[in-house]
Amino acid sequence: MSGLASYACFFFTVALTYGVATLGLNLQWGSAGLFNVGVAGFAAVGAYAAAWLTAAPAAGHWGGFQLPIALGWIGAMAAAALAAAILGAITLRLRADYLAITTFGAAVTIELVALNAQTLTGGPFGIAFIPKPFEALADRPLAFGAANLALVAAVAALAYWALERLTGSPWGRVLRALREDEAAAASLGKAPDAFRLQAFVIGAALIGLAGAMQAQFFGFIAPDNYLPVLTFQVWVMLVVGGSGNNRGALLGALAVWALWSFSGTALAALLPGTLQARGAALRVVAIGVVLAGVLLLRPRGLIGERATVSRHISG
Amino acid sequence: MLDLSGVSRRFGGARAVDGVSLAIAADGITGLIGPNGAGKSTLFNLIAGSLALSEGRIRFGAADLSHAPAHRRLAAGIGRTFQIPRPFAAMTVLENVLLAAQRQTGERPFANWLTPGAVARQERRNIAQAREIIDFLALARLAGAPAATLSGGQRKLLELARVLMAAPRLILLDEPAAGVNPSLLETIIDRIRTLHGRGIGFLIVEHNLDLIARLCSTVHVMAGGRLLASGTPQAVTADPRVIDAYLGGAA
Amino acid sequence: MIAQILVDGITSGAMIGLGAIGLTLTYGLLRFANFAHGEFATWGAYLALLVAGAIGPADPLGPLTFGWPLLAALAASMVLTALLAAALDGVLFRRLRRHGSAITLVIASFGASLALRSALEFGFGPQPWYYTRDIAMTVRLGPGMRATWDQLAVLGLAIVLMLAMHLLMTRTPLGRAMRAVSENPDLARLAGIDPARIVRVTWLLGGALAASAGVFLGVTVQLRPSMGFELLLPLFAAAILGGIGSVPGAMLGGLIIGIAEAASVPLAGAQYRAAVAFVVMLAMLLVRPSGLFGGRGG
Repeated sequence: MSGLASYACFFFTVALTYGVATLGLNLQWGSAGLFNVGVAGFAAVGAYAAAWLTAAPAAGHWGGFQLPIALGWIGAMAAAALAAAILGAITLRLRADYLAITTFGAAVTIELVALNAQTLTGGPFGIAFIPKPFEALADRPLAFGAANLALVAAVAALAYWALERLTGSPWGRVLRALREDEAAAASLGKAPDAFRLQAFVIGAALIGLAGAMQAQFFGFIAPDNYLPVLTFQVWVMLVVGGSGNNRGALLGALAVWALWSFSGTALAALLPGTLQARGAALRVVAIGVVLAGVLLLRPRGLIGERATVSRHISG
Repeated sequence: MLDLSGVSRRFGGARAVDGVSLAIAADGITGLIGPNGAGKSTLFNLIAGSLALSEGRIRFGAADLSHAPAHRRLAAGIGRTFQIPRPFAAMTVLENVLLAAQRQTGERPFANWLTPGAVARQERRNIAQAREIIDFLALARLAGAPAATLSGGQRKLLELARVLMAAPRLILLDEPAAGVNPSLLETIIDRIRTLHGRGIGFLIVEHNLDLIARLCSTVHVMAGGRLLASGTPQAVTADPRVIDAYLGGAA
Repeated sequence: MIAQILVDGITSGAMIGLGAIGLTLTYGLLRFANFAHGEFATWGAYLALLVAGAIGPADPLGPLTFGWPLLAALAASMVLTALLAAALDGVLFRRLRRHGSAITLVIASFGASLALRSALEFGFGPQPWYYTRDIAMTVRLGPGMRATWDQLAVLGLAIVLMLAMHLLMTRTPLGRAMRAVSENPDLARLAGIDPARIVRVTWLLGGALAASAGVFLGVTVQLRPSMGFELLLPLFAAAILGGIGSVPGAMLGGLIIGIAEAASVPLAGAQYRAAVAFVVMLAMLLVRPSGLFGGRGG
């Protein structure tokens, strides 16, 4: 019983870290129309930054500053934001699909650096012994799991609140205007590139935070965690939940993570032992088919886009 | 004073606007007319910043706007409307107008988290002001309606409301009379007069010479990309070169 | 050493160019960046492996490591992959084009890419495969310049395919129709061209050329499920470099990316090869987003 409960805690903890990443992507895509195919890259930047800042010094990699975890997460957000600011400054003025290609290229490059810059990142072995929150509780699994879940739930709630406040603000109003008619918004004094860059950077910071949280909960990171399939998972979460809707982003993250975990368990049970190693590949096929189905049959996702009205206007 | 000197715009080899120099009073009502293809729309868009200059300079007061992007023009005091209105269709009328307010604290992301009180106070002031403008332009009934539901004439009024909210010193109006029914046109003319009385200047591109004659103190006539004549509406419409240009344009 | 860089760069550049032709054509025609294009190369390589395996072993041709079965397999795999590309369009992209944005298509292609790759990984496993285990014989081309006979054969075949493609685009009514639809679909429709047919032909051609690139890559390197995905960034870089929609641009872009990658190896090490395409592409987007051959970028 307590085993099941701690598994549930773990499940929701991981699902909510994905939720935070999906919220970040939703700000970029759902609110600002920016097509980021480099989610995995920003998550990697956040994860490695948090690992460098909070882990103990080790021979295999750079960093080892042993800072408090909270500072590690703030550092992770700053690092991902900086990466987004640089990339965005170059590419946001170009066509939307060029942003897709360049963010994809950035993610591939970041993965290459993670894999090959051994002295910085530990190379293919990654970074281990990243301190976990509530390590003092580690010998009581249920309490440990519950504490972690409470922490990530608080962070996700804070991110949700911050984004809701932002989308309902005058800032969110400008983004909506830019999506509808950029020239008209510019004629009213709104600088299109500046607002888009802000959305891109804030979204990337959230994705970096999600990467940092995952690093801290698992205690170990390696380049394998940041393959394009991660980008794809977060996109499927957003599309399934319905882009343009923060609640949908969280719900989509839960639903898709449940599907992902369940399909892993099911494949493990169904496939003969010899094919087990390849089972992971079938999961990706399955989730790809789910995405195609949702796009074809329910293009607005589970919850569609919500009509947003500035929060200051009542009735 | 809006100062144009030697303003030109080429499209490929053709010169749509060819070395136009003129000065427009910031507090007057000035007309810009000419036959189709005269280059007046191009000139309008050069002033508004939605087209880039090929040559020449545009200054407004002390500010050099020659190469300022469209979104910088309002900060210098120049606002514009579109010939075919471009409301944000999914937003309400009130939101459309609110959006146009300049220097909003709430347009900085962090202000919404760190100083929500200041954002809310400014937003309340802006809402009050936006409602006044909406009342003034006879849209009060529609304040909460999505802009998509507005009629063509109401959209023209919304364009005007939006640009007023931005509090410019000079407003560029692109064919305010086009597609507007006669009674609504009277409303528009009346509101332009009232606003002019409050010190706001207008530059109007228009085909409707009656509106030009009733509102404008000065009219500039363009033909073939060049400035053909300038003067009072009466003087200009009596000018044989202007009559020629119009007849030539019609032939 | 510089001579050797040129040899390696030109052979891999020819393969990138072959793959990029299809990418730039669908991109120019349908206005969407197809992230699944690299998978056509992977599927082409594995389909050829299956066909060659079914034919059975035969003596290698001269100094090459492969015999006529692989050439037959190349032809068969080009046909099959062409059908795969057209089928993917028919099942997924065409329906999304009807009521989706270009970006929905990009997401869908990203998903299709992962699904296609994972399906191969499930079928063949993650380990590399080879068309043959024979050792490739090298030939000395000049001082400090060596190439395998396989490389030269592949380069020759690639040049033949590119020339054929170029002639098709410039000298045949079909090629003219393709360019007309890409430049202005409405006008082309008025001229009596059926855009749906042109779209189909473009997918067929793009799929076939990508398959050939995959087979050539399999001959000169090895077959892995991620081979096409790793090719994707160089393909996009080549298409953007040459100008979206331009066939000669894609070939030249492929050549430049191939040589730049080869040149980077002594400087930064082979492990950063893929990043080179990214850097060249960023530089191009900064300086001249419409590409070398104009195209429709920016």
